[in-house]
Amino acid sequence: MFRGLRYTIRESFVSLFRSKVMTVASVFSITAMLLILGLFFLLTVNVNMATEGVKNQFDTIEVFLLDETTEEDAAIISKSLTSMDQVADVQFISKDQAMAEFRQRFGSNAYLLDGLTTNPLPNSLRVKLSDIQDGELVAEICRNFSGIEDVRYYQSEISKILDVTDVLQKGALIIIAFLIIVSVVVVSNTIKLTVMSREAEIRIMKNVGATNWFIRGPLLLQGILIGCISALIALGVTFFVYREFVATYGSQVAALMTMEMVSPEFMLINLAWIFAALGASIGAFGSIISMRKFLKA
Amino acid sequence: MYGNHVGLKDVTLSIDKGEFVFIVGPSGSGKSTFIKLISRELKADEGHIYVGDKDVVRMSNREIPDLRRSIGMVFQNFRLLPNKTVYENVAFAMEVVRSPRRTIKRQVPQILSVMGISDKAKNFPHELSMGEQQRVAIARAVINGPQVLIADEPTGNLDPETAWEIMKLLDLINRRGTTVVMVTHAIDIVNRMNKRAVTIEAGRITGDSKGGLA
Repeated sequence: MFRGLRYTIRESFVSLFRSKVMTVASVFSITAMLLILGLFFLLTVNVNMATEGVKNQFDTIEVFLLDETTEEDAAIISKSLTSMDQVADVQFISKDQAMAEFRQRFGSNAYLLDGLTTNPLPNSLRVKLSDIQDGELVAEICRNFSGIEDVRYYQSEISKILDVTDVLQKGALIIIAFLIIVSVVVVSNTIKLTVMSREAEIRIMKNVGATNWFIRGPLLLQGILIGCISALIALGVTFFVYREFVATYGSQVAALMTMEMVSPEFMLINLAWIFAALGASIGAFGSIISMRKFLKA
Repeated sequence: MYGNHVGLKDVTLSIDKGEFVFIVGPSGSGKSTFIKLISRELKADEGHIYVGDKDVVRMSNREIPDLRRSIGMVFQNFRLLPNKTVYENVAFAMEVVRSPRRTIKRQVPQILSVMGISDKAKNFPHELSMGEQQRVAIARAVINGPQVLIADEPTGNLDPETAWEIMKLLDLINRRGTTVVMVTHAIDIVNRMNKRAVTIEAGRITGDSKGGLA
């Protein structure tokens, strides 16, 4: 058992170095495909995070109350809204609280508000949705209560964002699937070249009574090694480029998307698993496909 | 048979343990097919072929490696691995059957010495003469102690003098107890060796005589 293992490992490394051109070609193509895959992964993860952020910001309906509406009336409205499944939470925001928030938003320019003699802001209810999909329904119900001045809900903006991310996710998935197929074909072709260049050797091995697994082992390991080397290169490149990107443009993107970009360290760990698993299985799968024909008889 | 392989039909032949048999016939007569059937490179459509007590025709694919380990093969074009040294080429056959490294280190120099190529152990095949390459191939074929040695035109690429050296080696192997089946159309060698000769023509056995060709 261990003898066989040692032979397999030694042979796979020897063959890796012996067919340098083939190895470099395979590594190059898997790395390229993993890089593109990594790019889509980074994009998707960031967009997903941003979408979640946007969703959290837009899961609130603001219900502005008429000045005549008493706090008791507001409490009744609040209670009936809270009893709905679609509503997670209702918060009463008084005129004064609203003004305080308003001042905070003005920051150092808050003194501009000092000139106001009366508070022009209305009392309001802040309705938090349990599911953003029900937003329009809840907003409509809110509009039907009496004593309400206005209901504000950014429905169309949210659905637009959701549409865009949906298309992006599906698109990325299709492209990634396509890339995986392409790279399996590329690897199986490059390993097929290795196998063909070693056809004589394989025939001799069979003549002296080698089992198929004895012949397959080193080639399989060779494929896996090629995949792992590619994964390592792709991981390094992706990580450093992404880290540079976040360092350089991170703040601008954060301002634009109202979300921080996902940290390079988090990406490193996740991409390491994805690249290693994908690289190794592409290598293994590619080499098995390419050997099938040669090991039949 | 099908494809580009010459057919064999109604062939009944029995070779005893320890025999030395020539298979003779013109090219395209089915000699190579005969060898491929024995080593299961081809599967016979019908009939039985026994190597030892195993029926090659009914054998499952998983049993083929074991069959081939019991048969040593020597070819006209030697079939050595060009990027391995003489030593490695012979050791390779032992690695395939997973022999312990210590056994390999002991037995390979022994067989190289029997074949008279000890001083070439570290050379690559292209640095050797044709006769020396065939000696390496024979060493590889017998290192695992096969029951049968099958030689397919082993002297085809060699000059008469070298060919006779190779024949003496095959005879030595045979006298040590290995059955030798040699396919050839070198009639002078067959007659000089004075062994059993089976003639195949157009896929049928047309002659079987002791003491060279009748």
